[in-house]
This record gives sequence, structure tokens and C-alpha cells, in this order.
Amino acid sequence: MTDDTHAPVPYRTFILIWLALLILTAITVAVSRVDLGALNVWVALGVASIKSSLVIFFFMHLRQESRLFKLGLLVMLMILAVFIGMTFLDVLYRGAM
Amino acid sequence: MSIEHRDDTGARFGMWLFLYTEVILFSGLFILYAVALSKFPQDYAVASHKLNVWFGGANTLVLLTSSLTIALAVSAIQMGRKKQCLTLCWVTIGLAIVFLINKFFEWSAEISHGIYPGSEQLAAMGPGVTSFFNLYYFTAGLHGLHVLIGASLIAVVAVMTAQDKVTPERYTLLENSALYWHLFDLVWIFLFPLYYLIL
Amino acid sequence: MKQTTLTGFWQESPRSGVLGWLLSTDHKRIGIMYLGCIITMFLVAVCLGLAIRLELIAPGPTIMGPQTYNATFTVHGVIMIFLFIIPSIPAAFGNLLLPIQIGARDVSFPRLNLLSWYFYISGALLAVIAIFSGGGAPDTGWTFYVPFSTQTTTNVNLAAFAAFMLGFSSILTGINFVTTIHRLRAQGMHWGRLPLFVWTLYATAWIQVLATPMLGITLVLVMLERIFGAGLFDAARGGDPILFQHLFWIYSHPAVYIMILPGMGVISEIIPTFSRKPLFGYWAMALSSLAIAFAGSLVWAHHMYASGMSDMAILIFSFLTFIVAIPSAIKIFNWISTLYKGSIQLAPPMLHALAFIFNFAIGGLGGLALGAAAADVHLHDTTFVVGHFHYTMFGGTGFAFFAALHYWLPKFTGRMYNHKIAMIAWALLFAGFNVTYMSMQAVGIQGMPRRYYDYIPDFQPLNMVATVGSWILAVGLILMFANLWRGCRSGRPVGQNPWGAATLEWQVPSPPPLENFGAEDPVVTKGPYEYQGVVADEY
Repeated sequence: MTDDTHAPVPYRTFILIWLALLILTAITVAVSRVDLGALNVWVALGVASIKSSLVIFFFMHLRQESRLFKLGLLVMLMILAVFIGMTFLDVLYRGAM
Repeated sequence: MSIEHRDDTGARFGMWLFLYTEVILFSGLFILYAVALSKFPQDYAVASHKLNVWFGGANTLVLLTSSLTIALAVSAIQMGRKKQCLTLCWVTIGLAIVFLINKFFEWSAEISHGIYPGSEQLAAMGPGVTSFFNLYYFTAGLHGLHVLIGASLIAVVAVMTAQDKVTPERYTLLENSALYWHLFDLVWIFLFPLYYLIL
Repeated sequence: MKQTTLTGFWQESPRSGVLGWLLSTDHKRIGIMYLGCIITMFLVAVCLGLAIRLELIAPGPTIMGPQTYNATFTVHGVIMIFLFIIPSIPAAFGNLLLPIQIGARDVSFPRLNLLSWYFYISGALLAVIAIFSGGGAPDTGWTFYVPFSTQTTTNVNLAAFAAFMLGFSSILTGINFVTTIHRLRAQGMHWGRLPLFVWTLYATAWIQVLATPMLGITLVLVMLERIFGAGLFDAARGGDPILFQHLFWIYSHPAVYIMILPGMGVISEIIPTFSRKPLFGYWAMALSSLAIAFAGSLVWAHHMYASGMSDMAILIFSFLTFIVAIPSAIKIFNWISTLYKGSIQLAPPMLHALAFIFNFAIGGLGGLALGAAAADVHLHDTTFVVGHFHYTMFGGTGFAFFAALHYWLPKFTGRMYNHKIAMIAWALLFAGFNVTYMSMQAVGIQGMPRRYYDYIPDFQPLNMVATVGSWILAVGLILMFANLWRGCRSGRPVGQNPWGAATLEWQVPSPPPLENFGAEDPVVTKGPYEYQGVVADEY
């Protein structure tokens, strides 16, 4: 188990992450103005996922936490994927009836 | 070990578990969104264009920046800079208020156009558009409610910091409030492209 | 040696009187408060259940009108599910036992624990208010299915809000338990030494954390729909009524594992104790709890075969449903292997545990019949389904709850009930239970629909048998609770280990003191089922 507290993250790191988030936001907006068909929504989700990883690992200090925290997050994301994905087992095949 | 046993890591882990429940809460709305999007892709694009990207974009910047300030506040208290920490907390709350004011104007404009859940004008725009705006209002509304709760939480913790109840040795409360705040930045990171930016 | 007052945590508290309870953060006091409320709500819902059975004793109106009947089965369901079964074992016995069993002095967040009890009691009050106010008691069934739930004029909003609060209470308990198990285990209490009850609570707590919010959002959407009339689940306005059922069962199917897993944990404690043998297949039992929790999250749509969802979904969910049977079967086989060549002592807790295995096996196999899509289309919404889930929920969790009462109440009151009366009560319960629900399953196969107020005369004989069975059940319940109550008040005092069990809670006084352990923190040196050298106290 890790120590109860972790070392403070320097301001500089956070500001860099913030700049990266702003750039990624600009990219989302820019890409959304290009017609990629069905790909658009996947690109948007992809960029959003990158942005959230930055927030989770740096702003939320997950990088400094023990393996338990990371495993917990993984379990939650897996269950989330199951809930959303398996609903589509019904919705996507409705027409086949 | 006694009943007063202090376990900061445990407290943070508990907070993370609570955040999972919030993610699942929002995921219910995202499931409805995903199904409707796959059913009415054209209508969703049409409806999305009725939203004001500038409002959404501005609010994205506001939330990202507030996430930065609260993260800096945690670093500040860790380094024992109480004054800076307090300033950063109040800036975060200020940004939350800006976000909510923005939202208020955005919603007033839409409601004045007859676009709100249950309105007849909205129903006349067809099932796809109706579904888009229903989900938009409920998701953004739930998000706004959480922003309000998060800002209040930070305000309480800021007062406690001023009273030295939150100290460089014992700052888990601030850290957990910050975690809560980041989560609603996260939710917005997904909300923004999904509602405002559909082509 | 007859004492008149209870000792231990019943007396030790920073505050005296009622406030010493209402503001207590001691996990045992919170557990006792949960237990009191839960048993009260259980008895209320039992009365409603008896009223339903009485109404169905003959075709046509018997004791109530159709609207009252709809309200009665709805409230019976809501109370039994949200106020009794879900919190029964985790919130009451989990709070009482979890910290002691892992060698901790309390849970990780004692104040949050108290808060969750307040959410529970507020939810209970709101549910009761919902019955008597507004447009009358909700009549939707406990499932709140749309479109009826968004259109009925009865008091659905308040009932849904009550369920939302109860969900919140359940989430907070789950967060507390996961954190406690990870962070507060005593020295030497590594994962391989956790009692099985703790393992099942751990699996349950994860489901509580990850599935309950889905119920929260579903109920919120029903309320918003009723307030704004937005058409979220109305196909004409871009909604989808079947999605409601998906969201609802994404929670409510995992929720049945919230209900049954802790019961399985109780049985896994009782069977080895009364067989004087280590539990067969410790790791298989521990991991099968996690497997049930995970696989249980993959099968929700097997409640929806007749809803009009796609055939592909029916196929896949039907297949996955069979997979859940595997870890459940592992548990049944391991209990029986534990019994094999054991030195079996048929004390009251053991009898209830054996009844659990019998009933749960029938309920589980009935579940497979319902999980098979072809059979389900015939059996869907018949009283076979009602019989099936009463076999798992009442015959399973209910009997596990009774087993836990008989097993652990002497620990927490320091007094023993009368064994002979307990056995008579058990026999009545077991007989009454099987007569009631076996007849219900049979009449369901004949085609009697569930939730119907009236039925054709052909169904009368079996319905009559079921109603008579419910009376036997009621007599058994009265006898059991009276006996337990008298035992707590004036039974013979017991020592710290009346059953000769090896888990940690039997190594502290009965009732346990505040903070459970004396000045020294416990150090664990052996597993939970190593009986060598453990001697039962005489009482």
C-alpha cells in the first residue's frame, strides 16, 4: 500500500496539462466541422477519452495512487462498456425481427 | 488502531468509489443518447445545429480552467501555501458561477424559442429532434445540478481551510472535493462534443 | 444466573438514552437499528402478502376491490424488495459482523454509515407516506414499467423517490464495505483468511456501487417524465419504452445478486460450523462469489424475452443466463461436500441453512427453465415466475436471514432462545413455504397469469392450497419471532462461543463491547474454518 499522502504536483505540470486540454478541445471543434460520416462521433469520443485520461491521471492524481485505484477504475469502465454494449445487442438487431 | 484511526488513502478510495456511482448515473442518459443517435442520425445533426456552439465552447473553457485551478489549490495546500490555496478555491467557485450564468442565458434563449421538454412546438419538430432536446435538457440539467453541489462543497472546504480545519497535514477533504469537481469536468468533456458538435 | 439487562455495546456509548442510538456511529448499534426496521417492514409486507393470498383463495372479489389489489401487490413488492431483502443481510448483519469478522473496530466511514441508515429510514417513511397520500397507493407493480407508470394517477412520484433514497442508502453501505475490507483488515487477516460471509459482502458491495446508480437515473427519469411529460419513453416522441426495461433491469437483475449473495455467505458460515469441518473448496467459494457478481451483470435482458426486443439479444442473454448457473452450482456442491462425513449437529441455524439449500436449488433450477427463451415465452408473467422468485428470494435469502438470526442473535444479545420451539417453527415455515409456492409454480404452468385479480375456476384448487400454505407460513413466522424475542429478553445467558465456531466474532464477549476488541488489536493466526482446539461453550 502507498503512503497516505503523496508529493505535491508542481504547478508547471498542471498548467501544461491544461494547455494540452485546450489544444485538444480546439481539435475536437475543428474535426467536427469536417464531414467524416459515422466516423465523426468516434473521433469526438476518442479525443474526449484522451482528454479524460489526462484529467484522470494528472488532475485527479491517479498516476500517484496505488494499483487498487487503477484496478477499480478498470472494473468500472468494463462494467460501463458491458451496460452500453449489451444494450446494443438488442437495439442494433431490432430490424431483424 | 482506534475508532479515531485516520486513513487518508481509504478516504480517497471511498471518494473514487462514489465517483464511479456518478459515472454510472450519467451512463444511463448516455445509453439513451447512443440508442437515439443510432436511430435518428440526421435529426440529431439538425437539432445539434440549433444549439449555440459559442455558449458550449465558452463553458468548456470555463470548466477546464476551473479544473486547473482546483488542481492547483490541492498542490498549494500540500506545499503549505494557504493563501494561494484559498484564492484558487474562490476562483474555482467563481468559474462555476460563470458556467451556471452562461447556462442560464443559453437555456432562456432556447426556452423562449419554445424548445423545452414537453413543449408542443418541440413535439412538432418530429421525434428525432424531440428526443435530442429531451436528453440535452435532462443531461445538462443533471450536470448543472452537480456543478452546483460541487461548488458548494468547495465553498465549505474553503471556509474550513480559512479556519485551519483543512491544513497541509490534513487536506483529504479538499482533495476529495477536487476529485468530485474534476468528475463533472470529465462529464462535460463528453457532453460538449456529443450535443454541440454533431455535424 | 439471570441478568435483566443487556451488556456490552448495549450499555457502552458516549451518549445515553435514545440519542445514544440515533447519533451512534457504532457499527453494532447501527446494525441493530437496521435489524429492527427491517424486521418491522418485513412483517408489514408479510401482512400484505397474506392479504393477496386471501384475495386469491377463490375467483372473483373476496376481501378487496381490484384497485386495492393492484396497490397491495405493488406495495408488497416495493417493501419486500427495497426495504427488506436488499438491506436485510448486508445492512443488518453486514454492519453487525463485517468489522468484527475482519478484526476491525468499526467500518471505514462510521458517520457515512449512520447517514445511510437515515437515508434508509427516510426512504421507508416516504414509501409509507406514498401509500396514504396523493392519488393513492402506487399500482404499477414494483417494477414501475412505462408507459403505465408515467400515466397512472396514483402516487408513483413519491414511491419512486423513496426507492431512489433507498438506493442511495444501499450505495453508501457498499462504498463503506469495499473500503473497509480493503483498508481495515487486522494484522494477519490476509485475503485467504477472510470468512466467506465477508467475501460475499465484498462481491455484493461492488454490485451495490456499480449497479444501483442505474436504478437511480431510471427512477429520476420516470419522475421527470411525469413532471414534464417529455416523452423520453414514448415511441411517438422519439423515445423507446423497451429502453426503460433495459435501464431498469441493468440494475434490478444484479440486484437479485445483492439479495442472494450475502445469504450464501451466511450459509457458508453455518454449514462448516455445524459439520465441524472446514469449508470444502474455500477459494472456489470465494471466487464464485465474484463470478456471480460479474456474470450477474451480463444477463439482465432475460427478464424481457416477451417485451419485443431483438431475437439476437434473446439468444445471447439466454446463453449468458445459463452461465450464471455455474458459480451458483459450485456453491451448492461445495456446501454438500462440506456436509459429507461431517459431524452434523442439527441446531436451528443449521436447519434453516439446509432449508436454504433445498429451496434455493428448486428456485435455481426454475430459473433455468425461465432463462431458456422457448420455455419462458410460455411461462412469462405467470405465477410460475412468482413462485420461482419466491423460492430464491424467500426460500433462499429469507431462510438465510432466519438462519442468521438464529446463529448470531445469541452473539449480540448474549442470550439463547428455546431450541425446541425454534425447530417447530422451522418445520412450520419449511412446510408452509413449500406448500404455498410449489402450488403457485404448478398453477403457473397451467397458465395462471401473475398480478391478476380474477381467474377461471379451474385454477381454484391449487390457489386454495397456496392460501392455506400461507397460513401455515404465518403461524411459523409468529412462533419464530416470538421465540427469538423471548430468547433475547430472558433466555439463558451464553458464553462467547456457543456454537464452537472459529471466526473472529466468536472470540469476543457476547454481546461484544464498544470497539469490539479490548485494548490490544487482534492478530489473526489461522483461517476462519480451522476448528482444531475450538470448543463450544456450554449454555
